[in-house]
Amino acid sequence: MLNVSHISKTFFKGTPDEKKALQDLSLTLETGDFCTVVGSNGAGKSTLLNSIAGAFYVDSGHILIDGVEVTRMAEFRRAKYIGRVFQDPMKGTASGMWLEENLILAARRGEPRRLCWAFRKNDHEQFRQMLAGLDLGLEDRLQTQIGLLSGGQRQAVTLLMATMKKPKILLLDEPTAALDPKTAAKVLSLTDSIVKENHLTTLMITHNMKDALRYGNRLIMMNSGRIVADYKGEEKQNLSIESLLKKFEETSEEVSDRIILG
Amino acid sequence: MMDLAVSTLAQGLMWSVLAVGVFLSFRILDVPDMTCEGSFPLGAAIAATMITSGFSPAAGLAGGIGGGIAAGIITGLLYTKLKIPAILSGILSMIAIYSVNLHIMGKANIPLLRVDTVFTQASQIFHLNMTYSSFAFSLVLAALVGLFMYWFFGTELGTAIRATGFNEQMMRAQGVNTDSMIIIGLLISNGLIGLCGAVVAQNNGFADVGMGIGTIVIGLASVIIGEVLLGTGSFKVSLMSVVVGSILYRIVIAVVLYLGMPPNDLKLFTAVLVTAALAMPLLKSHLDIRKEAH
Repeated sequence: MLNVSHISKTFFKGTPDEKKALQDLSLTLETGDFCTVVGSNGAGKSTLLNSIAGAFYVDSGHILIDGVEVTRMAEFRRAKYIGRVFQDPMKGTASGMWLEENLILAARRGEPRRLCWAFRKNDHEQFRQMLAGLDLGLEDRLQTQIGLLSGGQRQAVTLLMATMKKPKILLLDEPTAALDPKTAAKVLSLTDSIVKENHLTTLMITHNMKDALRYGNRLIMMNSGRIVADYKGEEKQNLSIESLLKKFEETSEEVSDRIILG
Repeated sequence: MMDLAVSTLAQGLMWSVLAVGVFLSFRILDVPDMTCEGSFPLGAAIAATMITSGFSPAAGLAGGIGGGIAAGIITGLLYTKLKIPAILSGILSMIAIYSVNLHIMGKANIPLLRVDTVFTQASQIFHLNMTYSSFAFSLVLAALVGLFMYWFFGTELGTAIRATGFNEQMMRAQGVNTDSMIIIGLLISNGLIGLCGAVVAQNNGFADVGMGIGTIVIGLASVIIGEVLLGTGSFKVSLMSVVVGSILYRIVIAVVLYLGMPPNDLKLFTAVLVTAALAMPLLKSHLDIRKEAH
């Protein structure tokens, strides 16, 4: 479903700030794979997700989604294949618009925006049912400005928006980093059930080792722009926090505090 | 006195078209667009030139819209494709249009006396004197503009443009070409402002190359007065608040002129009024903190 081959990306090339964010990285995800990504700050996790999403073009290598070459495809054009949830709850929604208006924008992801009335007959009822599925009491708040919802509610809505039109790839960039532990757990279990239900191919960055182990069927560890460890299937199921942390320390010189505490 | 009240209302409704255009760029798109000061006299120049060369007054309005649209597209391209900051893009357009306007008109001022305008035509159709026909025409105009805006921003395209103003990153992730959304938004904004210029020229009885000065502040004054009074709860409320703001602005102006303020001080007064309205939230929070401290 996702085929990333030999991609490299260097920021600020030729300046003292030069940063090799991705170095000859390759990754293949099968349909339905739920892959978690761990690694220290600056390991290139977000750069990997952003280059798949098209926030910038890679310097070399190829990215294919479901066999389609998207390497040089503009971000908004490849969006029809990709659902995204950002780390910052503010980034995934339009805060000054109503909940239902945000949902209608996502319901037409990747489609041309035409001069016909945005809401169709069954949209409201459908949204109500989808929101009821979140179990956050949002089904009666369709005409509430998104900005008035809590961070957790906004992330749950963003998740719904990213998946309501089934994406070929779901990219989650630390979706719960800005949430309190209880809300984070709820949003994550929601993510897990949506991914399973729709058999979505998913790539999720997390700084929490427990979450990285608990969710998904694959785990990759990144360091200085490379994948340094890759656990699949049973190997991942049997992985313990201790051995993961050990591996982590082996591969990275500077271990971030957040990871140890996680 | 009655006549003064009706003509004040008419002015408010007429200028609300400009205010809606400014609302679209400053508030919906979140792009501070100064093109306004060029597209307004551009609309006036095109309308006056067309009418004096024998076109119908209605065609003059269409020409004004067309000129504004062209100006909006140019500013949009400067901003999105050449990545020139929004304020500067607008200023560049505005300065360039000044010369364009002189070319169009061939001189600095075109009088529209003893020719038909939309207002003389309206007074014949409605069998009203000029004051009341101005009001009737402006009311119909503001209603049509309001309906257009409400319809357009309820469509798929319009909703996407609104959301782009709030969050470009999110809209790219939803598969929307945000550059195009901003250009379309600026095009409509300046089309409306050009239309307003064409209407005001016909109402004033002249087009002048300097008539754009201060229009941005008049537009902002209307938007802000409306927001302070009616709030921004939904798109419909915001839209109505702009029209109400425009009318209130004209009432305030009429009152201070009636009380004896020299007309030369109008722009100074407007700038102070807008500054006060903009500073209001900050002043209010300072006052609240003080109150709590006691």
